[in-house]
Amino acid sequence: METKTISRRDLLKSTGILVVSFSFFGPIAEVLAQGDGLSVDGMDPTVLDSWMAIAKDGTVTVFTGKVELGTGVVTALAQIVAEELDVRFDKVFMDSGDTDKAVDQGVTAAARTIERGGVQLRQASAAARQELLKLAAARLDSREDMLTVTDGVVSVVGNPARKISYGDLLGGKRFNVKITATGSGWDMKVASQVPVKDPKDYKIVGKSIPRVDLPEKFTGEFVYSQDVSVPGMLHGRVLRPATSLSMPADVDESSIKNIPSVVKVVREGGFVGVVAETEWAAIQAARALKVTWSEPALKMPSGPDEVFDYLKNTKSFKENLVTNRGNPDAAFSQAHKVLEATYYWPFQLHGMMGPPCAVADVRGDRATIWAGTQGPFRTRDAIAKMLNIPPKNVHLMYREGSGSYGRLECDDAAEDAALMSRAVGKPVRVQWMREDEHAWDPKGPAQYTTVRAGVDARGNVIAWDFIDRSFPWTASEGNPLLASSQIGMKPTTPGFLNGAGGGGQIYTFENQKVLAANIPWVQKGDWPLRTSNLRAPGDLARVFASESFVDEIASSQGIDPVQFRLKYLTSDKRISEVLIATVKKAGWTDRPSPAPAASGTKVTGRGVAAANRANTMTAAVAEIEVDKSSGEITVKKITLGHDCGLIVNPDGLKNQIEGNIIQGVSRALMEEVQFDSTGQKNLDWGSYPVIRFEQVPEIEIVLIDRPEMQPLGGGEPSIVPITAAIGNAIFDATGVRLRRTPFTPQRVMAALKA
Amino acid sequence: MAQISLNVNGKARVVDADSSTPLLYVLRDNLGLHGPRFGCGLGQCGACTVIMEGKSVRSCTIPTSAAQNKRITTLEGLGNVAHPHPLQKAFIDEQAAQCGYCMNGMIMSAKVLLDKNPQPSVGEIKQSLNGNLCRCGSHLRVIRAVQRAANSSVKA
Ligand code: FES
Ligand code: FES
Repeated sequence: METKTISRRDLLKSTGILVVSFSFFGPIAEVLAQGDGLSVDGMDPTVLDSWMAIAKDGTVTVFTGKVELGTGVVTALAQIVAEELDVRFDKVFMDSGDTDKAVDQGVTAAARTIERGGVQLRQASAAARQELLKLAAARLDSREDMLTVTDGVVSVVGNPARKISYGDLLGGKRFNVKITATGSGWDMKVASQVPVKDPKDYKIVGKSIPRVDLPEKFTGEFVYSQDVSVPGMLHGRVLRPATSLSMPADVDESSIKNIPSVVKVVREGGFVGVVAETEWAAIQAARALKVTWSEPALKMPSGPDEVFDYLKNTKSFKENLVTNRGNPDAAFSQAHKVLEATYYWPFQLHGMMGPPCAVADVRGDRATIWAGTQGPFRTRDAIAKMLNIPPKNVHLMYREGSGSYGRLECDDAAEDAALMSRAVGKPVRVQWMREDEHAWDPKGPAQYTTVRAGVDARGNVIAWDFIDRSFPWTASEGNPLLASSQIGMKPTTPGFLNGAGGGGQIYTFENQKVLAANIPWVQKGDWPLRTSNLRAPGDLARVFASESFVDEIASSQGIDPVQFRLKYLTSDKRISEVLIATVKKAGWTDRPSPAPAASGTKVTGRGVAAANRANTMTAAVAEIEVDKSSGEITVKKITLGHDCGLIVNPDGLKNQIEGNIIQGVSRALMEEVQFDSTGQKNLDWGSYPVIRFEQVPEIEIVLIDRPEMQPLGGGEPSIVPITAAIGNAIFDATGVRLRRTPFTPQRVMAALKA
Repeated sequence: MAQISLNVNGKARVVDADSSTPLLYVLRDNLGLHGPRFGCGLGQCGACTVIMEGKSVRSCTIPTSAAQNKRITTLEGLGNVAHPHPLQKAFIDEQAAQCGYCMNGMIMSAKVLLDKNPQPSVGEIKQSLNGNLCRCGSHLRVIRAVQRAANSSVKA
C-alpha cells in the first residue's frame, strides 16, 4: 500500500563488518504466499510459526511485537535470534510491530525489551533449532546428538559432507509445531523448558554489530512514521484548548474560507480537527480556525508550588510499602541525631524531536493504521474501541517515529488520524505541531519526596524513612487517549502507579522504610498536566532524593561519600562493585564533601551516586564547575559504570548510556514545565530549553559484563544516578545543597545567597 | 497554487504549490524528499536543514517562493546507502545516532562546516552544530563522526 516500501538491500561493506538492512517485507512473502497464511486474529504464541519463518534461501524472518525506538533494540533482538538458531546475523530479518503478523509481546518500554522480549525470542529460536535438528536427523539418518549447526547448515559431527541447510530442510514451509506459552505480554514465558546455548559459546551475542537501521537514517531513505504516504492521502491537524479539554462552544468555519483546499472541519464531541489536501493548508487552517471553547471543566493549578502543596497535603489512594525492615519508629526515638530533607521534582517533557505522526485509512468497519506507537496492540485496541469496531478489523503497522522515551505508549496522533479519516472517508495523515506536542505530551509527573534518617552516637545510620509522593500515569493503559476522551470515553483507572524503585533500597539499614505514595491526579478529563512514564519513571526523582540525602548524612559526619556508601551498600555485591569500578575510573580520591573552600568566582566539585533500576546497577561520578557570579553550572565530565548482566551489543549499549547521560544532564540543569491557571507556558524549544552541543560533558563509561547472567535492560537505567551526582557535585563545590531541580542559574544564585 | 521552479539536488523541478508554503513541505510532500524533517516549524531545532546556495538554512521557515532558482541540496543529494557521501559513511562508521530523527540537520550542517573549514576543532564543530537539537543525546558521536569525515578527507 505504501508508495515507498522498504526493500531488502544489498549487503553493504562497512568497517569490515557486514551491515545489513532489515526488511519489513522480506523473504517471508515466500512463506506466506503458500496459501497457508497465518491467522489474522492475532498470532497464537503456542504455534512456533507465529514467531518465525524460514525461507528457501535460509533467511529467517522473525515476527515480533517489539519495536525499534531508536535504541538499537531490534538489532540486539536479531543477534539473540541468530545466536540461538546458529545462523548468520545477516540472515535474520525482523518484521516488527505488525498487529496482523506478530505475537503481542506487550509494549516496548522500561528498558525491559531485552530482558523479557529477548528471552521470549531466544526460547522460540531454541525451540525452532530443536525442531530443525529433528528434521535433519531424519534426513541425514543420524542421531540428533551427533549433529552440529554452523551458519544455518546442519552436519554430522566428524562427517561434514553429510549436511543439509535450514533452507533445504524447511524453506518455505511451516514448522507446524506447538510450543508452550504461559502468561501474556512482557510476562509471557515461551518454550521455557527448551534448553538454550551456553553463553560461553556465544559468537554473535556480545559483539558490537552495527545497527541495521542506521545507514538509511543518514541518507533519507529510512521510512519514519512521518514519511508514510499512501495514495489519495489528505493532511489533518488538531486543535485543542489551552487548559483542559473543554467543549468547542462555537466553531466559526467562515474564518478559514479563504484557505484553499480545506476539505473538512471535523467535529465530534469535543474533538476539533481540520483536513485539507495539502499539509500547509491544514496547518494554516488549524491556525486560523476560530474556536470558542466552553468554560474548562478543570482549572490548571496556579503554578508548580501549588502542585507541590497538593502532593504534600493530599491523601494517597494507593501506598506501596516496598521496604519495611526492623522498627524504624522505635529506632528514630532512640536516635542520637535525626536528619530530614525534602526534595522536589518538576513536571518534565519527553521532548521528542519529531512530534507524533500517524496515517489512518478507515473504510467502513475496517481501519489500517501506520504509526510509531510503542505498543502496537495497545494502540490498535484503543482505536478499535474508539471506532466501535472489533480489534481484528484494525490493522496497525508500526513505523518508527523519533525517539520517544516512553511518550509513544500513548500514541494520540494515531487516534486523531483515525477519527479524521472516518470523517472524510479517505486516508489522513496527522502530525502534531510543536506546540501541540509540548502542550499535550503526557508528562513525567512532579514528585515530592521526604527522607529522614536516624543516626546513633557513633554515627551509624540506624533508621531510614523514605516517602515519595507522586502522581500515577493518568494516560495509561485502560484510560482513553485524547481523541477518545474528547468523544466522551471516561477513564477507568486512577492511572498506573509511578513505581517505587530508588528509595534507598540499595542500602541495608537496620531499620528501614521505603514508601511510594500515589496521590490521585485529576480524572474529570484531560489537561496539559496529564502524566505518563518518562524515561526511568519515578526512579530518577527518587534517586535524586535518596542519593542526595545519603550524601548529606556522609557530609554531616565528615566522611568521604564513597566510603560512607560502601558501609551500607550490602544489598547486592553487583552494586558495590559497580560503584568501586566507577570511582576508580574517575580517579576519585578519599575526602569528605564539601571540598575545601576555593577562591575565585569559578569553583569545581565532584559528586557520586549509585542506583539499581530493574536490577541493572549503575554508578555515576559528576565533575562540575559552578560560576558563583552567574549561578551557571557546567558539567565537565560524567563517568558512568553499568552492569546489566550479559551484554548483547557493547557499542549499542554504550550508545544508549551516552544518550541517557546527556538527557540526564539536560533534565538536571534546565528542564521544567511552566504553567499557571491560564495554561502551559513553555510551548517551544525557546521556553523549554534542552541541552546543546556546547553544554555536553565529556563521558567515560565502564561496562561490567556478566555472561553468567540473563541480559538486563540498558535503555534507561543509566539516566537514574545523573541528577543526584550533579547535585552532590554542586554541594561539593559550594557547600550549598540544592533540593529542587532543575539546577538553573537562578536557583543556584538564590541558594548561594541564602 | 502556483507553478514554482526549483533546483533541487542538481535537477530542475517544477512544483505546484501555494508560494507561501514553507520549502520543507514542498520538498517532503511534493518531491518525496524525506531527508529534511519537521521538528518544530519554528527554526529552533534544525531537523529541516537543507543547503541553499552553499549555506545551511531551515527549510521550515523559508517560503518556497524565496527558494526559486536557488541551488538546493537535501540529504538525498549527498549520497545513498549504496553510495554514501564520506560524511554519511563517517556517521555510519561511528554509529552516530539513536533514533536518527535529528541527523539530517546534523549532517547537512556539518557539510556546510566542512566545506568552509575542512579541519575544524572540536570547539568549532560544537559551535557550528549548537543550534541543532538532539533529544537522544547522540552529540558526542556526531562530533566524532564529523572529525572522522574531516580526517578521511585529509587522507583521501
Ligand atoms: S523544523 Fe525547522 S528548525 Fe525545527
Ligand atoms: S538521534 Fe534521536 S533526536 Fe538525535
